Amino acid sequence: MRLLLAALLLGASPALADWSDTLAEARGQTVYWHAWGGDPRTNDFIAWASTQTEARYGVKIEQVKLTDTAEAVARVLAEQAAGQDTGGAVDLIWINGPNFLAMKEAGLLHGPFVADLPNARFVDLGPGAPASVDFTVPVEGYESPWRLAKFVFAHDAGRVPDVPATMAGFVDWAAAHPGRMTHPNPANFMGASFLKQALVELAPDPAVLAQPVTDAAFAAQTAPLWAWYDALRPNLWRQGTAFPENESVQAQLLADGEVDVAMFFDPAAPAALIGQGILPETVRVFVPKGGSIGNISFVAIPFNAAHRAGAEVVADFLLDPATQAHMQDVTVLGSYAVLDPARLDAQAQALFDALPTAPALPALADLGPTLPEPHASWMTRLTADWAARTTP
Amino acid sequence: MTGLRAALLLLIGAPVSLGAMLTTLAAFGWQPGVGGHVSQAGFAQALAVPGIATSLWLTLATGVGATLIALALSVPVSGWLIGRDWAARGLAPLLAVPHAALALGVAFLLAPSGWIARLIAVPMGWSMPPAWPLPGDPWGAALILGLVLKELPFLLLVTLAAAATRDVAADMAVGRSLGYAPGRVWARLIWPQLYPALRLPLFITLSFALSVVDMALILGPSHPPTLAVQILRLLMAPDLALRVPASALALILLGLIGGVVMLWIGTERAVAALGRRAIRAGRRGRAGPPLAPGIAALGAGLPVLALAGLALWSVAGRWSFPQLWPATLSLTRWARVDWGVGATTLGLGVTVTVLALMLAVAVLETEDRARRRLGLGVLIVLPLLLPQIGFLQGLTSGFLVLGLPPGPLAVIWAEGLFVFPYVLLALAGPWRALDPAQLQAAASLGAGPWRILWRIRLPLMVRPLMSAAAIGFAVSVAQYLAVLLPGAGRVAVLATEAVTLSSGADRRLAAVYGLLLAALPLLGFAAALSVPDWRGRDQRRAGDGA
Repeated sequence: MRLLLAALLLGASPALADWSDTLAEARGQTVYWHAWGGDPRTNDFIAWASTQTEARYGVKIEQVKLTDTAEAVARVLAEQAAGQDTGGAVDLIWINGPNFLAMKEAGLLHGPFVADLPNARFVDLGPGAPASVDFTVPVEGYESPWRLAKFVFAHDAGRVPDVPATMAGFVDWAAAHPGRMTHPNPANFMGASFLKQALVELAPDPAVLAQPVTDAAFAAQTAPLWAWYDALRPNLWRQGTAFPENESVQAQLLADGEVDVAMFFDPAAPAALIGQGILPETVRVFVPKGGSIGNISFVAIPFNAAHRAGAEVVADFLLDPATQAHMQDVTVLGSYAVLDPARLDAQAQALFDALPTAPALPALADLGPTLPEPHASWMTRLTADWAARTTP
Repeated sequence: MTGLRAALLLLIGAPVSLGAMLTTLAAFGWQPGVGGHVSQAGFAQALAVPGIATSLWLTLATGVGATLIALALSVPVSGWLIGRDWAARGLAPLLAVPHAALALGVAFLLAPSGWIARLIAVPMGWSMPPAWPLPGDPWGAALILGLVLKELPFLLLVTLAAAATRDVAADMAVGRSLGYAPGRVWARLIWPQLYPALRLPLFITLSFALSVVDMALILGPSHPPTLAVQILRLLMAPDLALRVPASALALILLGLIGGVVMLWIGTERAVAALGRRAIRAGRRGRAGPPLAPGIAALGAGLPVLALAGLALWSVAGRWSFPQLWPATLSLTRWARVDWGVGATTLGLGVTVTVLALMLAVAVLETEDRARRRLGLGVLIVLPLLLPQIGFLQGLTSGFLVLGLPPGPLAVIWAEGLFVFPYVLLALAGPWRALDPAQLQAAASLGAGPWRILWRIRLPLMVRPLMSAAAIGFAVSVAQYLAVLLPGAGRVAVLATEAVTLSSGADRRLAAVYGLLLAALPLLGFAAALSVPDWRGRDQRRAGDGA
């Protein structure tokens, strides 16, 4: 009878049965999660997640703090190159567009696995949904969403109340405030996003940006961008001869009063940094009036991960409505949830409704529309062309 | 002897040559597992990296510039320090502070919102930080300053060690009796005779300065960066194909270092000829204004100020420009410290140091018993002469092919390559200088070689052993690339955390890690100095004979 019941259950729901296998296999594992380590709050969140998954599933998380996500990709590539197909050093990667594209194309990812995660039922994974494409590259179950990212600027409203309304407006603004504006080096994701934000606004035909880049398209679409940038650059911080390494360094420059503008891929980041006493309380978020580019942060599992089951358990835990609500709490991380509100039950919805607010935390309505990211190949070209144009 | 020689070849020679070989192969387009066509395309690609000419120039200017400045400063300062008992004791803590920690402190000091700017801002009435391009200035001045602050104490210590083998007081008396000013006797008569002993340390310093990564990441220019940082950027890029130009650049860097060393050797003769002419001219010189104490005060004061700045930032609450002192103090960052990282650093340091000490004792004892030198000098210092970035990446892929996964074991081995030579060099002098009478007496009483080693030799050597251990531990704690690459990011130590946090938004947390990074080797030195005291006066006196 028991066997029959088990057989029926298995027959009825192979995914759930597989999941209990995954849970069983994951117990006792330590997941090496390679994640950018420049944001202490994210690090703290991951440490908190480890205590939760250890208590619930017996899975520990060890964060490998990267200065650049590419380091983890390079590691997996090196292991593949050395023929190491199992027991890899990387179990889980916090990954973004170009790195995802590079790993997916090289066959370095485990999957598809997302549909097997029980909590994936709270996410809209339908075609065209934000969580189903990463920089126009179809996700196809090879990476699992965990936090929402949207490009925003921040300025110290106490020092400079006026801000440009469009990307084009930065030229006049910088001329009026020479040396008070900069952007991270485009070799870094955030700096590239600044250029992409400008490209999306300035390109003659933004629709072309969704296609893989070609020489002709690149020349035609970026011409106005470079004209704009050449006009802007002389009035940047240090006359545009040096650039902060990433958005955190730029936030530090804003805190020090060396510049008046910072930029983030997380609308809650300024409120969070104010809460930690890093940014002055007068810092506020602003976005270009046409909207700003946005995407979803994902986690992916390398093909040779030593603790694949544990990594899947962590990916699932990250999609738990309680985890997402905790993450959206501005006193914790302040990252907007990736869940589809329509799929949440009343109890889960109540978790989100109960979250605290902060003066520097923008309402979703103030953030304007989310513009699509260009195809990942554009970013690579944009970064390389920028380096060739500006490096002395 | 042959067993030990084989062990050294396996432990040091094999990984270095494997790493260098794999880097060379990668430069020509072949990588283990990937394969590839052997070609010179990597070099063309390397030279097409935007700004590579500027990078090369910057590397030369900072590396050679810093070494020349440090050398020039070391001459008068060593002359001033000679004969002062506290000199070595005073230099040790300056040497012990890891590059990354000092770089962080110097960066905070120089930044437009740092202490120096605040000191000027208060009388000048600035309300906003000045727009000066420090640190990370495009000329590499901040990096040169950081390098000089680290190299000067090292060169001073080796100069004093070389001077200790001569009767400097007698030389000085002769010079003075001939009417030379004291500074001249030192610079023109004594120092040139010490120079041969300074060459190897100088070449190590040059190679290090030309290939430094952690300090260049924090203090150096970024657009474009120095060559070593550019190589690291390419190695860390997601595109595996970029390993090829990265490796080609590593070979170019190696060539650059080789070229600089050759040029240096060539210039030595010219300088020596000029020097001899100056000496023959016979001008006695006059006692000028005492510059040396001023340089020494700056050389010691800046690091102290930098570390004090780190300490203050680590407990600062709100601290807006141009206040000299934070408005509030807070311990929140200290509460966020991951002490596991400190424990890992400590554990790795102790393990590597103990292994290096055992190996060094084995080498020296074997030499004693065989009554001849092992003759592997070049091999042992090779890891110090080669640029780290040139072979550590190759070593990491080599370890992988051999089945040694990235992790603590790989890190211990890689760190050992840099710790062992320093431990051996520190121990060799006192070991060979030990008066053999006691050992012979023990032998004549029938003690075997092991008993002599264990009961006589090592107890007599406690003090040098502890100093060597402190040096080895400091070298281990300071390693950045040797943890980053073979550890594959899995091994987090204070140095890697501090460098990572230097590119984060939280200067206070970075300061906490920078301070811990500086504190660990200093505690190591303090512990090493206290052990002989604890062991009692007689043995200390005996150890002093070494």
